[in-house]
Amino acid sequence: MADFFANWLPNWLALTLAALVHVTLILTLALTAAAAFTWAERKVAGRIQDRLGPTRVGGRFGWLQAVADGLKLVSKEDVVPKNADPLLFRAAPYVSFCASFCVYLAMPFANGWVAQPLDIAVFFILAVAGLEVLGVILGGYASGSKWSLFGAMREAAQVVSYEVPLALCAVIPVMVAGTMDLVAIGNMQSGWAWNWLIFHDPFLFATFFVYFTCAVASVNRAPFDLAEAESELVAGFLTEYSGFRWSVFFMAEYASMFAVSMLASILFLGGWNGPLPITVWLGLAPNPATGDAPHALLAYLGNFLGMVNLLTKATLGVLVMMWARWTLPRLRIDQVMTMCLKYCIPLAAAMFVGAMVYAYAFPAGLIFRVGGGG
Amino acid sequence: MGVNFHSVFFHLMAVLASGFALAVVFSNNIVRMAFYLVASLGAVAGLFFLAGADFVAALQLMIYVGGTLVLLIFGVMLTARGPFADLKTSPAQWTVVGLVGGSLLAVLLYAASSASRWTASGKAASAPPDQVAPTSAPLGLALLGARVDKLDPKQNSASSRAGGMSGYLLPFEIVSVHLVVVLIGAAYLARARRRATPRPIAANSPPDDPSQSSSVS
Repeated sequence: MADFFANWLPNWLALTLAALVHVTLILTLALTAAAAFTWAERKVAGRIQDRLGPTRVGGRFGWLQAVADGLKLVSKEDVVPKNADPLLFRAAPYVSFCASFCVYLAMPFANGWVAQPLDIAVFFILAVAGLEVLGVILGGYASGSKWSLFGAMREAAQVVSYEVPLALCAVIPVMVAGTMDLVAIGNMQSGWAWNWLIFHDPFLFATFFVYFTCAVASVNRAPFDLAEAESELVAGFLTEYSGFRWSVFFMAEYASMFAVSMLASILFLGGWNGPLPITVWLGLAPNPATGDAPHALLAYLGNFLGMVNLLTKATLGVLVMMWARWTLPRLRIDQVMTMCLKYCIPLAAAMFVGAMVYAYAFPAGLIFRVGGGG
Repeated sequence: MGVNFHSVFFHLMAVLASGFALAVVFSNNIVRMAFYLVASLGAVAGLFFLAGADFVAALQLMIYVGGTLVLLIFGVMLTARGPFADLKTSPAQWTVVGLVGGSLLAVLLYAASSASRWTASGKAASAPPDQVAPTSAPLGLALLGARVDKLDPKQNSASSRAGGMSGYLLPFEIVSVHLVVVLIGAAYLARARRRATPRPIAANSPPDDPSQSSSVS
């Protein structure tokens, strides 16, 4: 985009404008996603518990509920407890939010639609996503409350443990694809649905479910939300927070839920490629048989369709997380650790070896795979 | 008006890194220190990104910033007796630290200023590294024992391949085994201690009764 602006503007202005556009787009996406998911969460929770959920705000379905919630949260008093460390208490929510926002910097939304293309996008995303817990620990410690400290310690133990199987699961599709570049991984899965990496071999199919479990645990969602555990710890690390800072923590949580689902969609579920190669039929994507590139405007339309595709998949992932949250009871801390150390890590390691052997034995993937797509 | 964004961000990140490093030194609260350390290390990761070394930068984020997280937890668990521990530094400690740190700083400054690339021309050195486009693939292959950068493409004989294959596999494996040993040692030290002798089950049964002290209990 910087090159695009540089046609008319001096270089420094073009760079600034391009950066501003990228950041604004990503920030809008993260905040809109957070607002939409708060509403969806209340609706899903209501339906699962045989209630209606929000119905009034905004006419039908309570679709403006997130705005009402936001107004309420902003108008609340900003309280800092007397025992708290004021600097860290104030900074902690922003640390969390920055970490989960920075994940989107390297996240492609369609073929080439990425703020900062990186060779090592998967690694960068995993590294930055792991930093979100820092804000939680700082907030829990700085609150000067025992509930908060307990919540923070649990969160630390949980996230540090679950990073290992999460990274192992992310390595397996990277190994099969042979690159850590998310754009390349996404383009590799174009064509029919059986080109998606989840259908590459049985081991990757199993890996997807291990990855999703670990992702839910690493973004601190129920049934792994021991850091908040309202039945035992009041609200865990959030006990002393109210108003705007509380909502910043929740924006961070929803943004990172969306980010891990999006990463799962790109790594396993074909990214911006739909189950049918519709964009190829309509001539909106490069034809794999002839290699003809479409007109720039048509390619833009194809990329837009791809982005809708990817966001739909990621939203479905978040909805599954909500479904799990309102269906399953919360695990105990020892069960959470058992889940990680006795099941997820050995499973991920076994799938790693299995996928390696499979990729060596059948380099073309599944036997009934139709080459090339289209 | 032209702005060299590379220089601007280099200076910004450098100031952030040094400023937070100073804040680590002059803070008394251990958790605040850890927070400043994280910020300083994050700024250093930003410097690496600026230099085009994405892989090193992500490693910096994952290992150092993530490692500081664990340091923070241990700091809280081991030192905080009250809600917020204050660490006082005695004058003797200041002297020793000043001597060690000052000499290290002198060595580093001397090494940095004697690097010919930096002193030659400021403009050329601060140009954005557009030509740098290596990927992390050679690095990963070198860890697996294949130095692709040292391979001679012209001759494909076995001797040249053997020369190219002397990568970092052995050091990598030694470090890995060392880490595993450390992990096992830590788990051994931290495990719950079992009693050497089995506890008597009930008051009316003798402790050396073989039927009671069996593994069934």
